[in-house]
Amino acid sequence: MPIAATVNGKAVTLHADEDTPLLWVLREELGLTGTKFGCGIAACGACSVHIDGEVARSCSVPVGSVAGKAITTIEALGQPGAPHPLQAAWIAHQVPQCGYCQSGQLMAAAALLKQNPHPDDAAIDAAMTNICRCGTYVRIRAAIHAVAGASA
Amino acid sequence: MKLQRRYFLFAGAGALGAGVFGLWWGDRAALTRAKALTAGEGQSSFGGWLKIGADDTVTIYSPHIDFGQGSHTALAQMLADELDADWAKVRVEQAPADYAFGNTALAKLFVPMMSGHPDLVKHLPDTVFSLLARNVPLQITGGSSAIRGTGQVGFRVVGAAARAALIATTAERLNVPAAELVAAHSRISHAASGRVLRYGELAAAAASRTLPHDPVLKTPGQFRLIGKPVDRFDIPAKVDGSARYGIDVVLPDMRVATVIAAPVRGGKLLAVDHAPALAVRGVEKVIALDNAVVVVANGYWPALKGARALAPKFSDGGHGKLDSAGIFAAQAALIDTAKPDHAYGSGDVAAALASPGVRPLSAEYRVPFLHQAAMEPFALTGHFAQGHLTVWGATQDPIQTRNLLAKFAGLSVDQVTFHPMIMGGGFGRRFPPYTQIIEQIARVAMQVDHPVKIIWSREEDVRQGAYRPQSSARLRAALGPDGRIAAWQTDYAQFADAEAETVFPYQVAATARRHYTYISNQVDAYWRSVNSTQLGFYTESFIDELAHLAGKDPYQFRRAHLPEGGRHRAVLDAVASRSGWGTPLAPGRARGIALVESFGSICAHVIEASVDPDGTPRVHAVTAVVDCGMTVNPRNAEAQVQGGILMGLSSALGEAITLTAGAVDQSNFSDYPVLKLLDAPVIAVHFIDSGAPIGGLGEPGLPPASPALANALFAATGKRIRHLPIGRQLA
Ligand code: FES
Ligand code: FES
Repeated sequence: MPIAATVNGKAVTLHADEDTPLLWVLREELGLTGTKFGCGIAACGACSVHIDGEVARSCSVPVGSVAGKAITTIEALGQPGAPHPLQAAWIAHQVPQCGYCQSGQLMAAAALLKQNPHPDDAAIDAAMTNICRCGTYVRIRAAIHAVAGASA
Repeated sequence: MKLQRRYFLFAGAGALGAGVFGLWWGDRAALTRAKALTAGEGQSSFGGWLKIGADDTVTIYSPHIDFGQGSHTALAQMLADELDADWAKVRVEQAPADYAFGNTALAKLFVPMMSGHPDLVKHLPDTVFSLLARNVPLQITGGSSAIRGTGQVGFRVVGAAARAALIATTAERLNVPAAELVAAHSRISHAASGRVLRYGELAAAAASRTLPHDPVLKTPGQFRLIGKPVDRFDIPAKVDGSARYGIDVVLPDMRVATVIAAPVRGGKLLAVDHAPALAVRGVEKVIALDNAVVVVANGYWPALKGARALAPKFSDGGHGKLDSAGIFAAQAALIDTAKPDHAYGSGDVAAALASPGVRPLSAEYRVPFLHQAAMEPFALTGHFAQGHLTVWGATQDPIQTRNLLAKFAGLSVDQVTFHPMIMGGGFGRRFPPYTQIIEQIARVAMQVDHPVKIIWSREEDVRQGAYRPQSSARLRAALGPDGRIAAWQTDYAQFADAEAETVFPYQVAATARRHYTYISNQVDAYWRSVNSTQLGFYTESFIDELAHLAGKDPYQFRRAHLPEGGRHRAVLDAVASRSGWGTPLAPGRARGIALVESFGSICAHVIEASVDPDGTPRVHAVTAVVDCGMTVNPRNAEAQVQGGILMGLSSALGEAITLTAGAVDQSNFSDYPVLKLLDAPVIAVHFIDSGAPIGGLGEPGLPPASPALANALFAATGKRIRHLPIGRQLA
């Protein structure tokens, strides 16, 4: 049965089987390949998106459960010419290495700042549980602090 | 084809870069081919690796894959600096996977050039000649080779030669002496006449000149881009989701497939009933390969469901009794009873160990298989149509990938195109000889009437890995009456002889390093920093044990054994002073130190750590000092060292691939724990600009991490870690 939802501000009708993880619907049905596959078991965070404003690991969210919900992916975190402050900070701090985990890192960080605009290190530790094998954590932390400080 | 370690070392030595460029000016066939592959309307090619457009755009072709190590940007800095190009107009593109852009082509010019560079020759293993003799077409990214090889002795030469040609062209055109011309920001000006010419208007004429073989390179004082923390080219696309990795390839009418291979490496597919997979909606085809089964569907999820519905029967290749404990036992037995396969050292170690008045010490060390765990699982997309196979994806050697695709598809190399894509991490996992998905896509694409993308599940990635070898060592040493090390012997059993990769920096009268070959059913693979990880752990832990036995401070004890005035001692001194070695710490915390040279760079860490009451180790701070000669892009260099440290800590704390009944026990990040932000310490990285030949950076930050941590934990608890990972050993 087709599933109606909102993705990046647009109403969409999704046709995948209901047990299909949202990740694969985003990537293969909608062509939104910025959201990445890392583990498939909610262990790495590469697939992080926002569902009704909350961060979620889309590899472990059946598409059948998102009917009527609003989904935001990395492609719509900022707007062309108006990047999200975290995206600007990610560039200023030259955060990414291979970059594969960074869509998920940014979605997790954006959800954190929305809920807690001035997180301390403990709050960052608790919220930022996505894996980065390249080891960009030092700069991720610095970039989040830069945005949180700037908006103080 | 098995890539021999020697050839990999060749890459690591930096030989890849150089010479070829020079020969290239003379190698008309390769040059013509390179130009045909790259230069378009209004673009002039210099040696194939550089083109300048009439609009002043400078495009540089990198033979290395950039998987986040920043080599594309750094290589461009090196070439553009010598070219005196306007940085705002510089672009980098991936060189085509074609022999005209191969390392061999690069290496050809290198050899004649070497005569003038005794420093470089000294740091080059003789394997460069082996590689040339075999004429192996490679395009390797690995061994921290891009900057010190391709950049330092290749791209700088291309930039300087092109600049010389542009200046000569201008001198002719203005009819003034070349010495009166000044090049800067892609313009050449003549002060006396006030005339200025753009590179874009000079390029066509300049490119038709014969380029000089040995143009004058800049001295460090003249650098404008080298040494500057310029922003990397690739980052903007990596923060908005627009970067396209191998796994992101989409083609019209494409199918998606996934694989289940024999759980015991070396096993074969005996039988599989296709029906349960074909019953899954969306599954179109099941393909039986020699050692794996592939399910092709209209998406990844149905392909995965289909694959999981199957119950394939595999043989175990005769390895069904192999397990990790058995491997350690076999390695210990080799050290106990076998003759070493390789032995190096000097002095009479046996006599020194047995001489009266010495204090002997012996210890056994063990490390497990390790997985690279790059964040992007294997994914290649292939399409066979009209007799031609086209494949997209990411590997650490595009030319060899193309050759293997041709071999497995039964085609000629000309019937195969490989498009290298951005790579979500490599760390040594994506070298073509053991990148199994190359064979899989070649065979599957030939049997599917549509473009098809194979994606490995993470479970497949973890279980079918190409691991850092499991290894065991026995170390023996004796302290002389003067408190110095009188003799040192390292006996280690593992796949490969690591002598060529490792440096024993300490002054000890009698030393022996003996390798015993142990071969399991796993491939001998590269893992970031290769054998320097385990050998660094052995040496730097055991010297700490000796310092303790001698009753000496671990820093001072090492220092006393390092040559005065040498680079190693300078790095050690710097890390001690930068870290506040010896100053008081919070209760429960302690420091450990370690020094390892690898890939041409010398790196030392001081790590501050503690242990929670429940036995969990905590890493609080890392101070790192690196002497890599010079840094091309300091910010990027710092990022590389941070990444190496975190990968080293992650592996030391919890990573292990273990075997039971021949098969890998782990399956995903749930049981192969990779360090997270919560556990990432504060890291301070300092560089020493020694002016030594440029060294690697992707790898050297890693090896000192595990011994520095183990040494800190010993200082904190009195418990010596001799087996990795640390896990719950302190509980
Ligand atoms: S892919 Fe979803 S958490 Fe790893
Ligand atoms: S940047 Fe490579 S995994 Fe995070």
